[in-house]
Amino acid sequence: MNGRWLPAANLTASGRPMFLPGEIERALVSKVDLEVEENPGLAPLRAGLLSLTTHRLIWIEESSNSGYCIPLASLIRPYPPKKSIRSMFHSPRIHIQVKASASGRIAEEGPKSEMITLVLRDKCDPDGFHAKLVEVWRSRSWEVNQRRSDVERLDSREGGAGSGHGSNSSVISTPVVGVSGLLMKEQEKWESTDKSLQEAFQDLNALMGKAKEMVMLAEKMRAKLLSGSSAQVNTANDEELGSKQEIQDWFLSVGIVSPVTKESAGALYHQELSRQLADFVGRPLNEAGGMIALIEVYYLFNRARGTELISPDDLLQACALWEKIDVSVMLRRFDSGVMVIQDKVHSDKEVFERIKSMALKPEALRQGVSPTDAAMTLGIAPALAKEYLLAAENEGLLCRDVSPEGFRFYLNLFREIDPRCMYSVERSGLFRSWLSATAVAS
Amino acid sequence: MQSLGNFKLPQFFNYPPYFTLQPVRETREKQIQLWKELILDYCRSQKIFIIGMEEEFPLFVNPVIDRSLSYESREQFLNVLVSEGLLKRAEWMDKGRKKCLILWLRIQDWADCILNFVRENGLENSVMTVEEIRSGMESRGTELQGIDRGVLMRALRLLEQKGKVAIFKGSSADDEGVKFSA
Repeated sequence: MNGRWLPAANLTASGRPMFLPGEIERALVSKVDLEVEENPGLAPLRAGLLSLTTHRLIWIEESSNSGYCIPLASLIRPYPPKKSIRSMFHSPRIHIQVKASASGRIAEEGPKSEMITLVLRDKCDPDGFHAKLVEVWRSRSWEVNQRRSDVERLDSREGGAGSGHGSNSSVISTPVVGVSGLLMKEQEKWESTDKSLQEAFQDLNALMGKAKEMVMLAEKMRAKLLSGSSAQVNTANDEELGSKQEIQDWFLSVGIVSPVTKESAGALYHQELSRQLADFVGRPLNEAGGMIALIEVYYLFNRARGTELISPDDLLQACALWEKIDVSVMLRRFDSGVMVIQDKVHSDKEVFERIKSMALKPEALRQGVSPTDAAMTLGIAPALAKEYLLAAENEGLLCRDVSPEGFRFYLNLFREIDPRCMYSVERSGLFRSWLSATAVAS
Repeated sequence: MQSLGNFKLPQFFNYPPYFTLQPVRETREKQIQLWKELILDYCRSQKIFIIGMEEEFPLFVNPVIDRSLSYESREQFLNVLVSEGLLKRAEWMDKGRKKCLILWLRIQDWADCILNFVRENGLENSVMTVEEIRSGMESRGTELQGIDRGVLMRALRLLEQKGKVAIFKGSSADDEGVKFSA
């Protein structure tokens, strides 16, 4: 397509970028165009979502769910947005000079260069964005990981990660006098302030890097535990299971490294949150049998985020947005007000089919189905099972039986009986199945 | 299938949800239909005219499956019979809705019944007491046997309006006589 001059960026099923190890999203702007004014051979990309991360600039086209990226490693220099009278009336533009290969594709190393213009058509803070761009570009996080693994191999430590690779300034400090000298001095002062600021940020980035390491360590341990359990002798079985459960819970809670925050996504907060939620909820959904109460998701999601917790309202809005984007999960409201997140695969129709076949078993025909029975058969929580049974009753699939023994549901046979011939054996197969099942007991 | 006395119960009588008032409208309407017919059939066969809410009514209890209709359900089902307009199959006898009169034959039908009875027994122009109509020799084996006195009186009054009979006070204080016209 249009973006062939850029490296491709992989996206998740819900349209979020797939991050590289250690990559953290720092800003998100919508309705961004990428153009190369001086080279008409490179087709412009229009109105996409631009994600600034520690490693790349990722441009996403939502309609086709495709993504392209500009590795920050290819960035030669970014230019601040121009302040002129003309620029007041146009959308703000940020120009960046990037390296390109001989064939014209943007690449981390290359003989040529291209000037890409980022046209920010949405309401945003171009100066803020530019400042962030400069910050992440200067911190060179993509090199930090590479160097750290190098260092570990050599088994020696450099003084602080990232030191000595600070500014990428191309200003040569030659002593010049006059106005230009003054300007040069100003520039140098600014750069040294900038450098110390950015060193401070290095620590923060280093901390975030360490957090990623912890996650990797945790994953390794988990893999070991899971594989080791089969080989081990089951002596202290209960203890082991207890601690394994603990560790598993802990793993789930460190699932997310790059939370979508209001700060990085601004007005797009709910949209991106919605996508991130859709990605996250996949695993707990599977473990819960295809449906999980909204309140549980709230708890799990916030625990995984750690900080930057979301409010219940945010969660609701994020779920509501799923209708607009193509994800495999949905929010379902029951008449009683209970809300669950359901896998679209586990649609209502499918659940009803399972309930029907459950109600047709001889045991169920004789004694009915209680919410507990349904919970065990469907593999979901009893409260949710009851909601589904009530929903099936509403559809006319089941009837209720209220007695001192409790609340039970039977297959709806009322539909099979004709009041005009109440006394004869019905032609209905269902009714006859019921008759034969109950006849055996009496 | 079971029976209550000599009345044969339908098979779905053993279906537990039959005894729980169904919340879903479509299902409930079907359920009401079935109970309505069953009540009328049972009363007709057992010649029951009055169902008392405070009393035990064997049709509303199923010991086999250990289920019975709640007060609310019974009231609802009887109400349906009462409120079915022209097809009036039941009436509440009191404001408190404690007793329900079941008209498995409508008053009009009873009136026709009496006319048949008169014709078949050649009772034109003769006189009979009300009690005799209910329990006399002629009525034995007919539907009139054991008819509820209140219902009979209403049927007779209906016929009186049409000029087919004349009701008058009898010799004893509480019994009335009926003269059948030609």
